[in-house]
Amino acid sequence: MTALLPRRGLAQILALIVILAVDRVVSPQFFDLRLQDGRLFGSLIDVLNRGTPVALLSLGMVLVIATRGIDLSVGAVMAICGAIAASLADSHSLPVVLAAALGAGLVCGLWNGFLVAVLGMQPIVATLILMVAGRGIAQLITEGRIVTFSSPDLVWLGNGSVLGLPVPVVIALGMLILTGAVVRGSALGLLIEATGGNARASELSGVGTRAMILSVYVWCGVCAALAGVIAAADIMGADANNAGLWLELDAILAVVIGGTSLFGGRFSLVLAVLGALIIQTMNTGILLSGYPPEFNLLVKAVVVLAVLLLQSPKLSGFAGIAARLRRTKA
Amino acid sequence: MQNSASLLEVRGISKSFGAVRALQEVDFTLRAGEIHALLGENGAGKSTLIKVITGVFPRDAGFVRIGGEEIAPRSAKAAVAAGIATVYQEVNLLPNLSVAQNLFLDRQPMRFGIVREGEMRRRAKALLADFGLDIDVAAPLGSYSVAIQHVTAIARAVDLSARVLILDEPTASLDRHEVEILFGIMRQLAKRGIGIVFVSHFLDQVYEISDRITVLRNGRLVGERETASLARLELIRMMLGRELAETTSARAAASEHEVREVCASFENFGKAGYVAPFNLELRHGEVVGLAGLLGSGRTETARLVFGAERADRGQARVEGAPVRLQSPRDGVRHGFGYCPEERKTDGIVAELTVRENIVLALQAKRGLLRPLSRREQDEIARRYVKMLDIRPADPERPVGLLSGGNQQKVLLARWLATSPRLLVLDEPTRGIDVGAHAEIIRLIRELCDDGLSLLVISSELDEIVTYSDRVVVLRDRAHVEELAGEAVDVGNILAAIAADSVTVALEAHT
Repeated sequence: MTALLPRRGLAQILALIVILAVDRVVSPQFFDLRLQDGRLFGSLIDVLNRGTPVALLSLGMVLVIATRGIDLSVGAVMAICGAIAASLADSHSLPVVLAAALGAGLVCGLWNGFLVAVLGMQPIVATLILMVAGRGIAQLITEGRIVTFSSPDLVWLGNGSVLGLPVPVVIALGMLILTGAVVRGSALGLLIEATGGNARASELSGVGTRAMILSVYVWCGVCAALAGVIAAADIMGADANNAGLWLELDAILAVVIGGTSLFGGRFSLVLAVLGALIIQTMNTGILLSGYPPEFNLLVKAVVVLAVLLLQSPKLSGFAGIAARLRRTKA
Repeated sequence: MQNSASLLEVRGISKSFGAVRALQEVDFTLRAGEIHALLGENGAGKSTLIKVITGVFPRDAGFVRIGGEEIAPRSAKAAVAAGIATVYQEVNLLPNLSVAQNLFLDRQPMRFGIVREGEMRRRAKALLADFGLDIDVAAPLGSYSVAIQHVTAIARAVDLSARVLILDEPTASLDRHEVEILFGIMRQLAKRGIGIVFVSHFLDQVYEISDRITVLRNGRLVGERETASLARLELIRMMLGRELAETTSARAAASEHEVREVCASFENFGKAGYVAPFNLELRHGEVVGLAGLLGSGRTETARLVFGAERADRGQARVEGAPVRLQSPRDGVRHGFGYCPEERKTDGIVAELTVRENIVLALQAKRGLLRPLSRREQDEIARRYVKMLDIRPADPERPVGLLSGGNQQKVLLARWLATSPRLLVLDEPTRGIDVGAHAEIIRLIRELCDDGLSLLVISSELDEIVTYSDRVVVLRDRAHVEELAGEAVDVGNILAAIAADSVTVALEAHT
């Protein structure tokens, strides 16, 4: 089970702590938590809640990137699946709504996987197709309007709470555990890393590299669908133009901050999610600080640069030394 | 007398990459106006020597003189300035620019900072006319055949005042007629006093065009001969065999009396344009060697047998039962293993650890849902690291950090862990230092004694003879002879490789 735990996550944890400390400085109540109607409230909970969509996306994205691919369509897939869920919410039961939305995500993933694994297209081009077309499909579903709904079941999915935690956070946590169990509990993790590290060699060793690639795009589609449903449930409506807009870039960023190389190979689910949280902690902090949101982008860039520098083998500073120390102890 | 005429003198060149000595004190002499063939099998050091001469690689020892003057180019551009031009198999010009632009790239005729297109075309036309070429020089280079692209590259090189022209496999993608044109140009250039180095693995062409031949083997100079007085058999012997000690395989002689069970058989197995259909029987506890020159179809046979390439005819059988063999997965399922020649690109997953690389094929064979636990992985890795003496003995080290010999052992371990019935090894000892080399040969023998069936490709004929029970000889992408028992010796293999090419050469001339 050690594989699930971040073995090389020091840079990321360090970054998160520093950002949290800065957030505490700009907003003294940042760490305050209060219980109200059996539910926790506070900035920290807010970070977790707001970070859910990108965290979910990064769970799929990290696997895709581990196979040396990339999926630009996840934002558009969110819009499609959010639109489907919103359109069906008031006329169908929650299981049907979820099945339809997640099924659509699965089909989107299959399409991407088919283009990449079977037709051999370059991932960035293959998924660009759905990135562009997907928003159009979502707009067709909503007929260009913002579709609202009031189904209490679906609203609960975005705004309810379980054991004091917001439902989206619980779902994201569940997905992390599920993905981790599937990937590391089976041989999938090793075979994905081998495929991403050297596809030719893996193929010659008998690894079904096509099946690996297909399956990660499918999983990425399902994760994006879930993120889309949650985003729609959160605002009780689907906006085909704006749902999930640019979130594919945040998801890629989260994966990169989490230390997974865009050249494929080694990946860490936990660190990818941590990357998503780092991004959201920054966003929330800047909002709370009262600075104009434009600063957000600049600060983000600086933090990303810092995290990547910390990970760089050429700058094997604190993180590198610490990792080596830990390995010799182990 | 000869010395005074020598144009390019290379003396005592050595070059190592890590522990691998790619060149050891190699001498090479090119005289003005001669066409000099540089020959050797893959990994003999031809490319390394060329790259050292042209300054792509720095050399560890030795010197290069051109016209008596010592040069030490640091880059291909500096080599061109010194008078050495190289044309590679893959023409490295710009296919989207016109022929004229390619010829005068970096030195276009200018007036007031503007390229004089008309003047450039006129000069390009005149230049190519010298090479017997009358084409539209304003058309993109890419719109012409590879042969014309080659001539353009040569024209450019020669026009850059080259005194030495190195042609690296220039005929590999040319048809017979185009080769004639190229040879005509080469002869013409030689008459003008240019020294030409010709690298090729087409021996017929070498005999047709070259005045002299230098043979490299394993990074060492084997010798320099006059082409006219060098018999073909002797040449192949220089390229493949050490000294032609008439050693018969001890194994082969002893094994003749035993009858072994057939492990896998291939009937009329082949693929159009890849390898001519062949029959091959592989038995338990037996090593079958595949011998032949570069490009003779050895690796192609190995890939067909393993399933890495799909055969379009014939039937494969495993333990007598007919099987489908369409992908590496099929091969792995039937208990085959394959260590490819290109370890880095086709073998190891550099980033993953020794442990992960070792368990990879076994895990792929077991499937997704039956993962090896970490404890099982550790145990397998430990067992093979110990058994094959993989160093450093750290299963958690990324395999890319290991030496070539140890990477090869990791690949062997990967397949041994799957308990295979047949192992296909393509050049298992290439690029490996001497110590590991001997170890791997010892391993091959031991594996075979344990009942494994082995199909081994090697350019080292002495090596093949020492461990093979039978040797299949290939030529021109076809299996031409099978030697067994006492017939397995270097002399017979050489004779089989050389046999028909004499008649082929004669046919080509008539």
